[in-house]
Amino acid sequence: MAYVPLADQDSEMEMHHPHSWVTKYVWSQDHKVIAIQYGGLAIAVGVVALVLSLLMRMQLGFPETFDLIDPSSYYQSVTMHGMIMVVYMLTALLLGGFGNYLIPLMCGARDMVFPFLNMLSVWVYALSVIILMASFFVDGGPTGAGWTLYPPQTAMAGTPGHDMGIVLMLLSLAVFIVAFTMGGLNYVTTILQYRCRGLTMMRLPLTVWGIFIATILGLFAFPALLVSAIMMLFDMLLGTSFFMPAVIESGTPLDHNGGSPILFQHLFWFFGHPEVYIVALPAFGLVSDVLSTHARKNIFGYRMMVWAIIAIGGLSFIVWAHHMYVSGMNPYFGFFFATTTLIIAVPTALKVYNWVLTLWEGDIRLNAPMYFAIGFIFTFIHGGLTGLFLGNVVIDLPLSDTYFVVAHFHMVMGVSPVLVIFAALYHWYPKVTGRMFHEGMAKAHFWCTFLGTYAIYLPMHYLGFLGVPRRYYAMGSTDFIPESAQDLNVTITYAALFVGAAQLLFFINIFWSLRNGEKAGPNPWGSASLEWQTPDTPPVHGNWGDELPTVYRWAYDYSVPGAHEDFIPQNVPESVEPTADEQHFDPDHDTSKADV
Amino acid sequence: MSLFKQLTDKPWERKGILGGLNPEGAFESPPERVALGFFLVIASVIFSLLGVSYVIRMSLPDWEPLADPSQLWLNTGLLFISSVLFQWARNTAKAGKQKNLITAFVGGGVFALLFIMGQMLTWDGLQEAGYFVTSNPANSFFYLLTGLHIAHLLGGLWVWSKTSIRLLSGGKPEDMSLSIELCTLYWHFLLIIWLVMFAVLSNT
Repeated sequence: MAYVPLADQDSEMEMHHPHSWVTKYVWSQDHKVIAIQYGGLAIAVGVVALVLSLLMRMQLGFPETFDLIDPSSYYQSVTMHGMIMVVYMLTALLLGGFGNYLIPLMCGARDMVFPFLNMLSVWVYALSVIILMASFFVDGGPTGAGWTLYPPQTAMAGTPGHDMGIVLMLLSLAVFIVAFTMGGLNYVTTILQYRCRGLTMMRLPLTVWGIFIATILGLFAFPALLVSAIMMLFDMLLGTSFFMPAVIESGTPLDHNGGSPILFQHLFWFFGHPEVYIVALPAFGLVSDVLSTHARKNIFGYRMMVWAIIAIGGLSFIVWAHHMYVSGMNPYFGFFFATTTLIIAVPTALKVYNWVLTLWEGDIRLNAPMYFAIGFIFTFIHGGLTGLFLGNVVIDLPLSDTYFVVAHFHMVMGVSPVLVIFAALYHWYPKVTGRMFHEGMAKAHFWCTFLGTYAIYLPMHYLGFLGVPRRYYAMGSTDFIPESAQDLNVTITYAALFVGAAQLLFFINIFWSLRNGEKAGPNPWGSASLEWQTPDTPPVHGNWGDELPTVYRWAYDYSVPGAHEDFIPQNVPESVEPTADEQHFDPDHDTSKADV
Repeated sequence: MSLFKQLTDKPWERKGILGGLNPEGAFESPPERVALGFFLVIASVIFSLLGVSYVIRMSLPDWEPLADPSQLWLNTGLLFISSVLFQWARNTAKAGKQKNLITAFVGGGVFALLFIMGQMLTWDGLQEAGYFVTSNPANSFFYLLTGLHIAHLLGGLWVWSKTSIRLLSGGKPEDMSLSIELCTLYWHFLLIIWLVMFAVLSNT
């Protein structure tokens, strides 16, 4: 049964037009408002997590200086920083924020398939954030078990937040997963079923492909976290022994007996590794579109890019145990997971080559989004290459508990996606607000962030080689670590404080430009994809006016030989195509470039 | 176009309106059915992961098999009748008939409620016999799995109650057909999950 598009239905009924300030900005069912709600909240909690990381850095750089950071608050900061950044900031911002804003616009739809469910999703997400933040105010504070929440340590009296803190964390995660599922079902169904006329799957921008596959990963991976959270809640609240082994705490045996902590690790990482790609794949998609638009060239190897996204998505479910090499696994098991881990590097590397080849001989416009996008290629290559080290069991074993791992995952899934997020925020800012941002301030923001994060994470690799252990509140005196390691720690802390402060440039810029930025016009970058072709900027409720667009081409018709402009929007009909003679354009006989 | 054909398409070569004048939908299906399909896969993943955890936990030395309460057979019968009634309602609605539609659809939900009550009575019986949630990992899994299954049924009953209200207040079969069909699909899915779960719980 073919569906009836919203445009052809009784639009007043189906579009849920807002009638008051509350239904327009609070209980809104408009995907664009929901996107801004998701994004704003995600960035706000991200700032909390950033401040926590700065507290950690101050302790590491200047031990025994700050009274407010004791071992408990240090571990609580580590835990909350990690969990907030990975789940509540990156996942929510990339899928809830960018997914919500861009999917209907790039698909030529008026809204998501289930707008009410979409609204419910953002408010349930807000509830999960409130529950998580409440853990700062309960007795014992938030959990300090590390973001991986490994039992039995999580439940032991020596771990901060071992009573209410961990319960609130698990509850919050369960609520977040419910929110994500409601949003995720919307994203995949909208992409599959609500594309406008002519928009085949292979004409979708890579942003949509990245979000699509990442959402499927999320829908199938988050259940593992849900299952482990529920089972651990049973262990904590009801006294079962799913994960809790027989333990003696301060001389007293606990009631638990016979549970398997390793089982938790498997469940956690069955979620945890796809989570890396839940964050990375949307970033891959977004950066592909930014690079292609600002290089004025079609993305190199579009089909390969799509296949690589799908391949990475599939493979990400069979690499999880590389996070557990030190758990004492069977060597054959380790061999299998090392092999799959190295295989996943193939499609990933393919994407990197294609980004670089997209830049090759492009008419590159070095504006702020492009700075961030190119910066991402650097950080991602660095993070990716250190992943090859850690994917091998024999190299991972000595490095696993050192700062090398901290450096690796921050480069690959911290700095890299964040650079893409900034690229994307600057790139789509004119569409969302109708104003241009301040270019100089954005470039200053880039250089401070890019060089600053290198100053933080590059030295951490060396700390790792020296054997400096991660997770330690204070290093104390250890023979094999030279005193100069502390000098490096001080430097890293200064760099971290600098990068943290530099983010103010971003906030000043986006708020200042809301009023003072130049008017952007509908398509300031000359972009070919659909979201830039809306009749209004910013797009109004319903996106497309009276008639839904029709798509005639893919999203990457840039610098088409013989075309009037250096881009042809997706909704421009065939009739304006260059003539047959012009299509057989031979660059070697291009007289227009003769005097260059 | 088949999925494989779509994925091998060269979008830079083919211009113009592809796929005719209709909007693009990957499946010839209403979006609600597509979304439910995804949800069923998610629920399957949840129960499969619990199944894997069950098998791994079972291999540890403190495992004692659960006594098989005979009440579960009766409960299974109730859920089976519930599913049959939903199927009847679905066939009736699809044929556009009004007769017996309310009986079948509302009856299906009522039998699901009876199943839930039966499951709770089973819990009571187990507790009275000394099989508490913490007594043994097999018991813990029993309460967890049956509880989650009930939670899924309750979600279905929420949709069922909304559809029932529409039906009782004079909704036409053709307008309700999709809701009834999706409820039926969901009930069959939960019956299958229960049958697998029941087989595993009573044989290990």
